[in-house]
Order: sequence, then structure tokens, then C-alpha cells
Amino acid sequence: MMEWLAQHVLEKYNFWIAMTIILIGLYAAMAKGNLLKKLIGLSIFQTAMFLWFISLGDVGRDVMVTWGLKGGTPPIIWEKAVEEGYTYVNPLPNVLMLTGIVVSAATTAVALAIVIRIYQKYGTIEEDEILERELQEEVRYASG
Amino acid sequence: MLLAEQLPVIIVTVAMFCGFTILLAGYLNKKSAFWISLLANIVFFALSILTLRHVLAVGPIKYWQGGWRPPWGIEYVVDAMNAYLLVILFFIVILIEIYSKRNVEKEIEARKHPTFYALIQLMVAGLAGITVTGDLFNMFVWLEIASLTAYALIAVAGGRALRASYNYVIMGSIGAVFYIFGVGWIYAATGTLNMADMRILLPVVYDSRLVQMAFAFIVVGIMIKAYIFPLHFWQPDAYTYAPSSVSAMIASIHGKVMIYILIRLVYSVFTLDFIRYYIGLDLIICWVAAAGILAGSVFAIKQRNVKRMLAYSSVSQFGYILLGIGLSPLSPWGLVGVVAHILNHAVMKGCLFLAAGSFIHQEGKWDIRSFEGLSKRMPWASGAFAIAAISMIGIPPTAGFASKLFLILASLDAAQYPFVVILLLSGLLNLVYFWRVIDRMYFVRHEEPTEGGNEGTRRLPISMTAPMMVLAALCIILGIFWLTDIPMPLINQILSDLSTGGRL
Repeated sequence: MMEWLAQHVLEKYNFWIAMTIILIGLYAAMAKGNLLKKLIGLSIFQTAMFLWFISLGDVGRDVMVTWGLKGGTPPIIWEKAVEEGYTYVNPLPNVLMLTGIVVSAATTAVALAIVIRIYQKYGTIEEDEILERELQEEVRYASG
Repeated sequence: MLLAEQLPVIIVTVAMFCGFTILLAGYLNKKSAFWISLLANIVFFALSILTLRHVLAVGPIKYWQGGWRPPWGIEYVVDAMNAYLLVILFFIVILIEIYSKRNVEKEIEARKHPTFYALIQLMVAGLAGITVTGDLFNMFVWLEIASLTAYALIAVAGGRALRASYNYVIMGSIGAVFYIFGVGWIYAATGTLNMADMRILLPVVYDSRLVQMAFAFIVVGIMIKAYIFPLHFWQPDAYTYAPSSVSAMIASIHGKVMIYILIRLVYSVFTLDFIRYYIGLDLIICWVAAAGILAGSVFAIKQRNVKRMLAYSSVSQFGYILLGIGLSPLSPWGLVGVVAHILNHAVMKGCLFLAAGSFIHQEGKWDIRSFEGLSKRMPWASGAFAIAAISMIGIPPTAGFASKLFLILASLDAAQYPFVVILLLSGLLNLVYFWRVIDRMYFVRHEEPTEGGNEGTRRLPISMTAPMMVLAALCIILGIFWLTDIPMPLINQILSDLSTGGRL
């Protein structure tokens, strides 16, 4: 049991943390009725994905023991690092997620703009109230 | 030739810059926005034809961004499939833009025009970017450019389009994150993001649960974006309430490019062997597609709004493409069906949405029950609608018949007979819901209000009729084109490029 725990939970703690946050975000994005809460959920979802992706790049975990360092060093070539052959963190996931953050910010901006327009039109940002309003319009159309 | 090597990147970057140019020029002169956009897209169309010719004559074009060699740098690769899709993309965009001039003047207030055309141009740049890139993460960025602009374009219509667009934002972003999840998993397994490189490295880890998970995440993400049946919920609302020209553009090319991502990943990155022997997903894909074909048609039957009916019909038609993908490990005809249907559906659905949009533009009629006598008042638009509808049903000699024929040949060749029945049944269902409209337009007796007198002023502008007629004519020309020998070199090139990766 302890072995299983060590192998699957403690060693991969970054996955567990990221996945928990991802599920929280996904739940909020799917299940909440308030449009802003949905958006907050979406942001949590995206950010947790960035967290997970960046943690992929952390390859120097074993270095912690031998050299007393916390993970790999920053991916910068400096003399001491080259001489002693430090393991450095993979820089690519960080760079990719910088782009991802830009995309996520743009998505949030577009979504917020739409929420504002929805509020101006319906006077509410609760999804069920908006749907009810639309249903009334349908009924009015059907009855002439 | 030096220029040909750089064509893909020229198209994409210039299209991107055009988006901003339109915005700037629009501040000076509102009318210039449309003309700049149209001119730019005509130039890109010419360039994409050059690209296709170069690819067919010489072979795939590879461009290294910034001169960095592929596994490290971002590589743009254009093989026959990409070039073919680029030509379709710009051709349809030109036609819909010509149509949109008068339509947008009516549906959208004048001060928003420059923004509207800038967004269209950016969306086209995003779609072209997805098409030419050979890098999985770069594809995500282009995917988001294309999607973000699509969210905004749908929301432009205001009213209910806002809620539809908001649902699309939430679902689309979740889809994009799923895609990037999958890319992250395979990056962890192989350490590369370049498609050609990944194709070489993946076979070693086909057995790994990590890679299989990655494939599942990517497929689900793309299925949301390409509104394939069980994940299509955001799509009907978005198509119904968006401005007519935007509906046409998104229905005919946005979805195609989205499903191109799936095709590229299935054929060139993961390969058919992986699908068939390691995860055994090919028949499951076929059955999902079959469910989509039938469900989309059944939903379409009960719709009153013509645009919503067409939206559900799109869900059904994407099932055809997915069915072709699912059948292709068993039979080469599957891929032929996919290639043919991408073009055919873009033409047919573009024509249908343009015609439906012109009914709304001219008479404000979106309810199918109020279509009586439409054929008298708008003969050209109704004619285009009828031809495209007949093509959707699949009566020879139309484009829809050709793609159905290829798919039926594929199912016979693969000895998967249930799908033959499903394809024929779907033709019947198409007949049911399209005939309803044609019947209303042509055969229901209608009392003309005699005191009109404004017939002359209510004629549909030629800039709106012409694109529809071109597409309607293409529905018939393509039907014959696919059955001749002329497209064979193209199809063969696409088949070999896709199945060998085309990039090695």
C-alpha cells in the first residue's frame, strides 16, 4: 500500500494536484448557471492545464538528492553549470505556456465582452433566466 | 524556385497583416475595408493555386521558420492535401465575401464594418495557418486565432447570437484545452512537437497508455471544435443566430479545417496502423459517425428555422467525413470519399446557407412554413437552394451523389454492409427534410398580394445572386468532375502524401 502510494501519488504529486484543479475548473465551467462563474471555471481549467504542462518540463528531480538542489537548474548556460554538468529544466514547456497564457487571456477578454453585451440585452447573467426569456419570445412568436 | 518555397508563409503572414491593415484603413474610409479584404483574398487564391500546382509538379513545400531545422524550429509543410484545402478555403471565402457586401450592409451597422472584415480576414489567416503548419503547438495557436475570431463574428449579430456565441466560447475553449492536453502527453512521450518527427518517434511507444490517452484527448478536443455528433451542442444555436454570411463561412470552411486537423493527425501523425491494431478504434469511429449521420438528419427534420435545419444537416454531413476516416484503414475508397466530401460539402452547404441568408435578407423569412411562393418572387435564390438541396440528397449527377458513391464503395470494399444501409437511409432522411422546403417553395399554391408595385426595388442584388449561382453550378459540375479521370492525379497525390506522411 505504502509502496503504491509512494509510486503513484507522491512521486507524481504534480499530476494529482493539476488534475484536481482541472476537474474543479471543468465542473464550474460546465455546471454553473451564472455566466461569470462559468468563465471563472474556464480560467481555472486553463490555468491548471498550464501548471501541469510546466511541471512536465521539470526533469531534474533526482538532482535534489545528489547535489542538494531543488529540481533542475534554470536553462541558462553558465560556467559552473557546464563544468559540473547540472541537469537543467526543459525550457520548451515554459515557452509554450507563455503562448498559452496569451491565448487564455484573449479568450477571457472575448468572453467578458460577450457577457457585458448579454447583460445589456437581458439584464441578467443567469443562464436559466436568459433561457426563460427566450422561451417566452418563442411562445409569443408561435401565438402570433 | 525560391518563391514557391515561401508561398505558404507569405499567404499566412500577409493575411494576418491584412487584418490589421483593414482595421486601420477602415478608420479612414469605411468602404475600403471590404475592397481591401476582397482583393487580398483574390491574391491569396491565386497564390494558393500556384502552391497546388507546385506541390503536384515538384512535391511538398517545406519552410523552416527563422531557418531553424525542423525538430527544434517550427516547420511549415504543404503537401497535396494542404494545398487542396487552401484552394477550397480561399475560393469559398471570395464568393462569400462578394455575397456579404450587401448582406452585411443590411444586417450590421455601418460603424462595425471595418471590424467585421478585419475579423473575417483574421479568421481566414487562422484557418490558413492551421492548414499550412507542420507543428502541433503552432497548430493550437492558429486554432485559437480561428476560433476566437469565430466567437466574435457570431456575437456580431447581437441578440440571441450572444448566448450562442458564449456557449461556443466555453465549449470551444474546453476543446482547445483538451487538444493541448493530448499534445502535452505525446510531447512527454516523444519529446517533439514536429509532426514528421513525431511520426518517426511514435511507433516505439504505440503500446504506451500515455500515447493512447493523448490520442483520446486530441480526438475529443477536435470533435468539440468540429461539432461531430455527440459533442455538437453549441453548433445549432451559433449557426442559427449568426449573421448569414458568417453562418455560411463557418459552416462551409471553418468546420472543414477543424476536421482537417483530425485527418492530418489520424493519417500522418498517429497513422492508420495505430488506429487499427493498437487501439482498435476504426469501427468505433464508423459507428459514432453513423449515429451522427442519422441523428443529425432526424433533428433536422423537426426544425422550423431554415438555418437551424441546415445546421443539423451539417452535423449529419460531418458524420460522412468521419465515416470515411473510420473506413479508410479497411479500404482506400474511404479517403477518396473524405477528400471529395470536403470540397462537395463546402460547396453545397455554402450555397444552401447563402440562399437561406438571401431569403432572410430579402423578406425576413426564416420559418420554413412561410416559404410559400418564394420560387416566384426569388427564382434564382430558390433555384440555387433547390439544386444544392438535390445535391445534398444525392441524386445523380450532383456533387452529393459522388461523395455518397465513394463512401458506399468504401463500405462495400471493406465488407461493412451496415454502413451502406445507413448511407442510403440518410439519403432518404435528407430527402424528407429538404423536400419539405422545396415543396413549400415550388408547389404550395400561394395568393400573391396584388397591391405590391415594389417588385422592382425588391430584386436581390446581383452581388448576392452571383456567388449562389456559381456554387449551385459547381454542385452539378463537381458531380461530373469526380466521376471522370481528371481529379485522379490529385486524389492519388493526396492519398500517397497522407499515407506516407508526405513530409519525410
